[in-house]
Amino acid sequence: MTEPGFTLIDDGRAIEVAQAAGVERATRAQEAGRPVAIDLAERAAYLGVAAATRAAALASLEAPDFTLPDLDGRPHTLSAHRGKKVLLVAYASW
Amino acid sequence: MWQATYEKLRGFGFTIVTVALDPSPEAARPWIEAAKPAHPSLIDTRHVVADLYNMVNVPTIVWIDARGRIVRPNDVAFGTDTFKHITGLEAAKHLGALEAWVRGEAPPLGEARTRALQILPTETDQHARAEFGLGQWLFACGRAEAAARHFERAGELAPHDFTIRRGTMPMRGVDPMGPAFREMLGAWTKAGNPYYKPLPE
Repeated sequence: MTEPGFTLIDDGRAIEVAQAAGVERATRAQEAGRPVAIDLAERAAYLGVAAATRAAALASLEAPDFTLPDLDGRPHTLSAHRGKKVLLVAYASW
Repeated sequence: MWQATYEKLRGFGFTIVTVALDPSPEAARPWIEAAKPAHPSLIDTRHVVADLYNMVNVPTIVWIDARGRIVRPNDVAFGTDTFKHITGLEAAKHLGALEAWVRGEAPPLGEARTRALQILPTETDQHARAEFGLGQWLFACGRAEAAARHFERAGELAPHDFTIRRGTMPMRGVDPMGPAFREMLGAWTKAGNPYYKPLPE
C-alpha cells in the first residue's frame, strides 16, 4: 500500500509529495516565518510569502514584476514595458 | 473603462496594464470584450498582483515610472464615471493628475511621500492570502466546499480585504452584488470603516 499523497502549493506551483513530507515542509516553512494554510482532510497546503518579504519589496519602490495571461492565454510581463510609464489597474467583475 | 485614457496618452511613452482579479477568465470576458482594450488586459485568478502589491479592494491603481519604480502607491480611481452614482468617486481628478504626470507637466509624489502613503502587509494579511490561495486551488480542483471554508477563514483574518471577502463570493455561491454583499458593506461602514480609501492627495 502506498502512502496517501499530499499537494504542496509553493510559489504558485502545485507539487505532489508524500503526506509526511508535505506536512513537514509546511511546518518548516511556518517556522521560517512564512504564512501557511493547511488542510489535512484535503491533503493540501499553501505556502505563502512572508509579510516582511512583501513589505521590503514594496518599500524599495521597485514595482514587483509579474507575468499573467490575457483572455487568449498569452502571457504578458509587466517589466516588458520598462521605458514607458505604466498605469497598473486592478479591477474585477464582482 | 480605461481605453479612452490609453488612446489619449499612448503617444507619450505610456501604457496601461489592467488586471482582472476574477475567479475565471470567463467572469472577466464580457467586461473585456465590451471595453475592447488595445492595452494589455490580463486575468489574475490567483490574485498574484493583489499579493505582490498588497491590494485589498478594486479598483486599485498604481503609477509606475519608465524605470519600473512605483511613483504613486495603491490608490482608488475609476477610468470613467459609470459607477459614480454608487461610489461617489469622480474619475476626473485622478485622470487630470495622471495626464499631467504622463505629459511631464507635473512631477509625481516623490519617494518619501510615496513611502509614507504606502500601506504594507501584516503577517495576518499574508496568512489570509495563504488561506485564499489554498481555497482558490481547492476550488480550481472542484472541491468547492473545502474551498469555501478557507475563503471564510481568510475573510475573518483580513476583514478589510474585499478582494477576499467579496472576490470569493462567486466561488461560494453568493451573489457579490446581492444582499450578502450589502449586509457586509453595511456592517463595515457602520463600524466607521470606508469601503474605498483613496489617497488624501
